[in-house]
Amino acid sequence: MMTPIIDAVDLLKRYDHFTAVDGVSFHVNPGECYGFLGPNGAGKTTIIRMIYGFSPVTSGSLRVFGLDLREQWREIRARIGVCQQHNALDPDLSVEENLLVFAGYFLMDSGEARARTEELLDFFALAGKRNAKVMELSGGLARRLTVARALINRPDLVILDEPTTGLDPQSRHQLWDKLQELRRSGITLLLTTHYMEEASRLCNRLMIIDHGKILVEGSPEELVVQHAGDSVVEVEGVDESLKQFLLREKVRHDITDRRIVIYANNSVSEQIRSRFCTSRCTFRTAGLEDVFLHLTGRELRE
Amino acid sequence: MIAASSFSWRFLRVWQRNVIVYRRIWKVNFLVPLFEPAFYILAFGLGFRHMIGDVSYAGATLSYTEFIAPALVATSVMWNAFFETTYSSFVRMYYQKTFDAMLATPLSLEEIIVAEIAWSATKAAAAALLMLVVLMLLGYVAFPLGFLSVIWAFLGGLAFGAIGMYFTGIVPTIDLFNLPIFLFITPMFLFSGTFFPVSGLPGWAQDLSLAFPLYHLVELTRLVSLGRNEGMVLFSIAYLLLFSLLFIFLSLHYMRKKLIK
Repeated sequence: MMTPIIDAVDLLKRYDHFTAVDGVSFHVNPGECYGFLGPNGAGKTTIIRMIYGFSPVTSGSLRVFGLDLREQWREIRARIGVCQQHNALDPDLSVEENLLVFAGYFLMDSGEARARTEELLDFFALAGKRNAKVMELSGGLARRLTVARALINRPDLVILDEPTTGLDPQSRHQLWDKLQELRRSGITLLLTTHYMEEASRLCNRLMIIDHGKILVEGSPEELVVQHAGDSVVEVEGVDESLKQFLLREKVRHDITDRRIVIYANNSVSEQIRSRFCTSRCTFRTAGLEDVFLHLTGRELRE
Repeated sequence: MIAASSFSWRFLRVWQRNVIVYRRIWKVNFLVPLFEPAFYILAFGLGFRHMIGDVSYAGATLSYTEFIAPALVATSVMWNAFFETTYSSFVRMYYQKTFDAMLATPLSLEEIIVAEIAWSATKAAAAALLMLVVLMLLGYVAFPLGFLSVIWAFLGGLAFGAIGMYFTGIVPTIDLFNLPIFLFITPMFLFSGTFFPVSGLPGWAQDLSLAFPLYHLVELTRLVSLGRNEGMVLFSIAYLLLFSLLFIFLSLHYMRKKLIK
């Protein structure tokens, strides 16, 4: 069996009075795109920071490329590219210098650094902006440069922490295309995102995490089938007889202030349609977002 | 704890990054050290000359302008290095997230911090070199022995850069740098034999000024500016070295505490 790129067993991270990651076990296979989904504060970024050896692990085991993080952190970091949540681009440097200087941190020699920089400027269509200041870049361009910079060392693993948050749809789709190209080239991707569409498109497997614990793990399709079923019916208003029906038939559902969200197979949704849908009912196919909201709850977080 | 494996020559790449940024606006960066001494010499030479008599220092009699010229170099080393590792490093660390990005590469936090301090000393030494050239042309610094002050400037720069980085490690917000500047830098600026010889101070204040790294840097710079190398040179060098080492160690400790979570 191939060594997993990341192998975490009972991973735990505790701050003074707060357990951010609470006994998480998972592995990421070579060439896979693995996703972390979870509400803000669920522990996604904390896990990522442990993976690249920024945050020390409180307990449990975490091996990256089969190497030990405490002893071999430099070797591990030399093979990882990290695209941090906030564009941590160097505002004192130009677009091109951002790549060249970063190559220096990996001790690339200048010829190689220059060649790689050109390659990445081309790949991300940034060559025309090579002398621009980072501050002058639009959100989409800045993010592309951040991803480009994460690839400077030809990493085996690329970590993307919310790579498309705050981007317009055009930029988002463009970046997805690039990420899919990377995946095809065999690079392993680790992705956190709030966009279910992004996770469904890019990830082979993903976990949904909340309060530092993994709720479910699997491929996006499996998770939808297991936790949301075929279709979703949203009924406006909370009708008592419908509630009784759902409890009796043991149909998975969420009740919010104003509506009932029902995760139904086709025959149940047919019954609901004929018996309870006198007015405002929405029928649609189930998606990852339904799984996410069902598992992490629909109420707002502070 | 600080592990030996956290140090490598890789820190030079971070130093290099700062050189690249410095070079980008080198004209502005060069302007200040070129003109600052000229302004001061003009002001003190023309303005104070008739109000203040000669100063006796290390057995020699100096005009007041001759007396303060080397101190100008030393104080500029202090300001340059201290500002670099306080305000500038804080901006890079906190606002620009430059250190965060570096910490996702094979750089260690120790290398980043040491590189920042070494850079502050380099910047201070570069400013000192420019000032020395101007002061030599004006005849206030001996040629060529006065160039030795570039080395003193680097050493002094390490000391001020290190203590600056220590403050960066402990202040919660950038506004609080006012405190060490008011309570430490300003008294040091005034009472380190810069504008008047410490021999005029009461005994206890003389002893106190010995603890100021600026006192030692002024001494070292002034002696070689006069073309002499005597007195407590070795003691001053040793003091600056130990001061630097102590505060490099403390800044590594507090920066680790601050950044690694």
